[in-house]
Amino acid sequence: MVLLQRPHILLLLIGTHQFLQCWIAFGSVNEEGQKQEEFSEELLLKPLPDHKLLAHFHFQSSGPPSTSNGCHHHLFPKAISQLVQKFRIKEMELSFTKGRWNYESWGGFDPLSSSNAKPPGVELWAVFDVPQHHIDASWKNLTHTLSGLFCASINFLESTATYSTPEWSFPPASGNVTYGTLPCEAVCTENLTPWLKLLPCRDKAGIALLLDRPSLYRGFYHSQQLHLTSTGSSSEGIDSGIILEQTLTVVLQPNSEMAIEVHASEKHIQPSWSLSSIFGKQVSGRCVLAKPSSVYLLLDRGLPAANGLTSENFWSNPSFELSANPDRIFLEESSSHSKSLSILYMFQVEKYCESEPFDIGLMWKVPVAWLCQQTPLHASRFLMGSGNERAAIAISLKSTQFTEGFMSANSKDGSCELRVDVFQVVPWYVKVYFHSLRVFVDQQPRAVSDIIEKIHVSPSKDKMSPGVMEVVLKLPCRVNTAALTIEFDKGFLRIDEYLPDANQGFDIPSAIISFPNFHASMVFLEDDSLNKSPLLSKFQEKCPVMSYTEVLLVPLTTPDFSMPYNVITITCTVFALYFGSLLNVLQRRVAEEERFLKAKAAKKTGRLPLLLSKLSAKLRGRRLEPLHSPPSSSSFINSKLVLKVILVAGLAVGWQYFFS
Amino acid sequence: MAETKEKSLSDEKPKPRVRPIVRLGIFLISHSFHVSVVCCTAGVLALFLLPVLAKNTYISENALMPGSASPMLSNQHVSDGNRLVKDLTNPNSKSSETGIESHKIIAQYMLDLGAEVSFHKFHPQMNQFHPLHFFSSPDSGKIQENYSCSSYGINTVGIIRAPHGDGKEAIVLVTPYNALKSGFGEALSLGIAYSVFSLLTQVTWLAKDIIWLVADSQYGEYAAVAAWLREYQTPKFSSLSTPNAEMCPDVNNLFELKGHSISGSKFSNSFRRAGTMASALVLKVRDQNEQFEDTISIYAEASNGQMPNLDLINVVNYLAVHRQGLRVNVEKLWSLLNSSWLKSLGEIFESLAKVAKSLYPKWKFGIPATEYVEGTATLASSLYYQALGVPTGPHGAFRDYQVDAITLEISPKFSLDKVWRNDILLRGGRLIEGVIRSVNNLLEKFHQSFFLYLLTSPSKFVSVGVYMIAFAFLIAPLPMVAASLYVDANSSSNCSKGDSSTPSAITDTDEHSIAIRSWRWLNSAKLVFIVHLWGAIVSLLPYFISQIPDCSPTTSFMIWVLLSILSLLTLNSVLASPLACAKATQEKEWALVKSVTISSVFIGLGLMSVINFATAEIGALLMVPMCLLAQPLKLDVRAGTLRSFCRMICNLVLGHIAFPPAALFLLKGMLDGFGNANVGDFWMWVESLWAWNSATYLFIVEVTYIFSHG
Repeated sequence: MVLLQRPHILLLLIGTHQFLQCWIAFGSVNEEGQKQEEFSEELLLKPLPDHKLLAHFHFQSSGPPSTSNGCHHHLFPKAISQLVQKFRIKEMELSFTKGRWNYESWGGFDPLSSSNAKPPGVELWAVFDVPQHHIDASWKNLTHTLSGLFCASINFLESTATYSTPEWSFPPASGNVTYGTLPCEAVCTENLTPWLKLLPCRDKAGIALLLDRPSLYRGFYHSQQLHLTSTGSSSEGIDSGIILEQTLTVVLQPNSEMAIEVHASEKHIQPSWSLSSIFGKQVSGRCVLAKPSSVYLLLDRGLPAANGLTSENFWSNPSFELSANPDRIFLEESSSHSKSLSILYMFQVEKYCESEPFDIGLMWKVPVAWLCQQTPLHASRFLMGSGNERAAIAISLKSTQFTEGFMSANSKDGSCELRVDVFQVVPWYVKVYFHSLRVFVDQQPRAVSDIIEKIHVSPSKDKMSPGVMEVVLKLPCRVNTAALTIEFDKGFLRIDEYLPDANQGFDIPSAIISFPNFHASMVFLEDDSLNKSPLLSKFQEKCPVMSYTEVLLVPLTTPDFSMPYNVITITCTVFALYFGSLLNVLQRRVAEEERFLKAKAAKKTGRLPLLLSKLSAKLRGRRLEPLHSPPSSSSFINSKLVLKVILVAGLAVGWQYFFS
Repeated sequence: MAETKEKSLSDEKPKPRVRPIVRLGIFLISHSFHVSVVCCTAGVLALFLLPVLAKNTYISENALMPGSASPMLSNQHVSDGNRLVKDLTNPNSKSSETGIESHKIIAQYMLDLGAEVSFHKFHPQMNQFHPLHFFSSPDSGKIQENYSCSSYGINTVGIIRAPHGDGKEAIVLVTPYNALKSGFGEALSLGIAYSVFSLLTQVTWLAKDIIWLVADSQYGEYAAVAAWLREYQTPKFSSLSTPNAEMCPDVNNLFELKGHSISGSKFSNSFRRAGTMASALVLKVRDQNEQFEDTISIYAEASNGQMPNLDLINVVNYLAVHRQGLRVNVEKLWSLLNSSWLKSLGEIFESLAKVAKSLYPKWKFGIPATEYVEGTATLASSLYYQALGVPTGPHGAFRDYQVDAITLEISPKFSLDKVWRNDILLRGGRLIEGVIRSVNNLLEKFHQSFFLYLLTSPSKFVSVGVYMIAFAFLIAPLPMVAASLYVDANSSSNCSKGDSSTPSAITDTDEHSIAIRSWRWLNSAKLVFIVHLWGAIVSLLPYFISQIPDCSPTTSFMIWVLLSILSLLTLNSVLASPLACAKATQEKEWALVKSVTISSVFIGLGLMSVINFATAEIGALLMVPMCLLAQPLKLDVRAGTLRSFCRMICNLVLGHIAFPPAALFLLKGMLDGFGNANVGDFWMWVESLWAWNSATYLFIVEVTYIFSHG
């Protein structure tokens, strides 16, 4: 084992050696006792009710304060630290997501889903530690940098028409948040590779070895995030450096022999899986640089209860079988709002090596069914209306009945209210009429002032800034359904403002529905080792419960894009005609005058015949000799000519026909 | 422009310098009779030439790539579909009176596949005759009145979410199904849809969500689909019918039962949505069929002559013919197929083409006579249905929301044995799979190919650029004749003035009279306007008549006729008295009236051709000869020559034929024999015309009618 690991160590040695040399060259000496750079790798597996499996990779690197060691790092990616220093980022999150998080069956109330369910495409938000008037410039530079760093078109977020600054309805961060999304960004391996490059072991060792591209992208949901927190450059307070969290959440179908399984009698049985069957790979030891390197298996809150699991018998479990023995088992601390508790099995990767790779498998013995805990209200959003002129956005909230008891516990002095924050950004070409906001509660129209406690609206400016709507709704706790509708006009764009594939339609980014009264957290029974795990300590934090709605596709009127060509040709024709006739007029004037005099002198014939003769003369393309040729003769000549032509043509046709 | 120039020319002394284009205009106007004869003939001829000029269809959008992937629908899926067909045709499932059982079976099957299922309960909303709603978009409907519990339909909706997609777009598959008296064909169509659906739950290439709508067709296929679409696109959040629905035990029962029996959360009784609809396919299987091949009929005409994008038809046609070996046909006017004159016309064209080809080998425009006849029959039905403006199937409801949709009707050969059934399931399923896969490939919505076209066969079409030529020929004489009539009227009165008054008339009175004369057309315009107003009133009357309860079509038609005459008389007595005196003084006024009418007809037809070409074309065929031939009867009678007599007869015949009831009567008589034609039919017909063409017909016809009678 040691022999096999030698190359890595050797590489590391060389690396550190170089670093050392570097330090010596700069003449600075690292102090003892300072905070060390740390890296942790963790993987959390969680079976989902609809026969799928969630895998959540969590890598965290923390860099010490920049003042302590200059611009040099052992583990921490230099690109990120430079980014933070240059743009003075306090906090930033970038997520690339493909697919939709299914709030109904995958839940929305646990910390895992509320922080890892993201809207499709790219979402970026950042808090800068710069004066207000510098934020735009910082944002612009940041988007360009990130776009280069992650091979994505994040630079489209630079224009002021694409990002907004939510004031209070964006729960993950408060303060001067700048928020932008690109719903139509396609996410693929080219975004994953630079993301992996930030890890010290990349995907060559440790848990990241599991990141097999084909099986990852075959999944139903794929969200790759980068979260940065820094207190490094703040003028006051404790300097804790930069913390970089890289998470990757995928939802996979364990084995795809569903077709066979459908007709089997035990079709409700959950599919069995193992790491090697899902990812096609096994973990052969940890990344040597990672301090905690562990794999967790999380059984959701509903599952143990459905399973008949209690804290007594979870060791000898009848309903499923684990292929590896867990190193530790944690039980969730009982909380007020759920009776059943989740169970966490922990496996330490350190124990395994290449000859004995780590592979955990779960085999179900009996069919189980459970439901994930959902957000108090399930939000969905859709477009109403038809046609190219007007439409309406509707956000409908439906009670999930899941948190009923919880809500009643929350109610104080009889009047129970459920607070819902809605944050909606609309692009400028969707011209929202904010006065047309309507609220329906339990299918009854309600006055806006009754339900809406607070509203903040910043109307869009054409080509300048998007429209932002932040609403705080106060709904009664027993609400079944609620709906918000708002009408808008579809704007016209200039031809160069259309995106590629304009006929697809334009996206309205997801709205964020958050429930400030609720917090999702998962506190496990106290243990020392827990504090070391960044993933679990993150679970213990109270994170806001929020959900993203669907992205909407608004078909706008699109021009025929071959139209410029048509316009150019027709304009040229018109110009040619115009100038031709103009020149004609300018040139002809003297001659016309002469002829006018002549005609006046000789005018005895009727007007109409004269005109006709002129016309026929004109039609024949001769110079005008109206004075002496009577109209009858001219028409006679005309018909004669036509006859001749017809005769010749007929002859030719006959000849051809006869001889062919 | 030509008209004004002409006026100034004829009024003033001749200007020597005349622009060539003006000269051309004058030439045409002065020879308006010959020009109009030539143009009209050319127009009609061009119309008959359209089948010859039809081009082969081609797939314009490259992203569609039909048939590039081999079909994945296997026998496994077919046997799944067969299972559903068996369960549905099982007599046990029909025990319930409302047919809820079979909906439950379908829902259960969908759930087993892992799809999201919901029921949509709707009250049938009859298509009322609303002439006043022509321009309003499909609204969310009135607040529905008290419906009884018994009259509701249930649509079963299953949705597959695309595993990798972002859920912005959806493809809809519709199978109409009447649970109460379903034929075997309907069950088979469900079987086909189910086998495709079961395949699509497993595939990984889906980028758009799939919605399978089992439309409850006991109140009509269109009504069910339209109700679902209305709920999808313009839902009412404040519904007053919910308490009503809760009182109905049956419905609740349905929902509750489902909720209990299914442990998963995939079922919900709330309305479920997917994203913007990209396109829709309506699938039907016909029960009986006399044909010897498996054929598939495509119905595409939606309301008001709107057509889906040609690419959709192309994809279906391509896959059906080249992949599944099905024969594709589109609707034809069958009666035209056996007409001998058409055949001889086709032969003439064929021989002409032969001659042309022998002259110059590159001229290849001929088609065989039989093909010509078929093409003409298809073209005629295409024109007819587009002009009628009544959708030919449930797909019409989608077009109201700018969704491209067609109806596919599979007519299988015969027999009911298992092998044959499997074969139909397999081929039909693969066809649907291929179409869905093609549409799924689309990044943008359908926009590449034509929206304005007429089909002459499933693989041949006439595009807008070609068929407009025929129409342009047909209406080209109208402005010329109008101009020449106007000039004639002006100049003749000018001449008479010149004869009566001395040449040394005082200039200012002359100018004054000129001013009066130049505004004289306003009088006739007023007359025309009044007649149009009457026409509008007549066309709006049915709306009020339809409010009268319990009327047989015949009586309501009678009421309509009576009211129309009554309104004409009132209008005449109220408004027409100044006109009468004007008419008394001016015998020559009719020419002006005619010219104003013709120009208004021209404008009307021109506008109509933009909105609905087929209506304009048929209208032009009827109205242009009538407008051109119209002449006061009194004058003809007075003239007494043979020519004027002929013209009078023509006028009378044309005037009667072109009157819509008469036209319909004749058409029906020609097609079905005169025996079963009925006045009530016209009422039904008009009621079915919620397009606004009836109004145009009526008033224009009436205009000519009036002044042809003096």
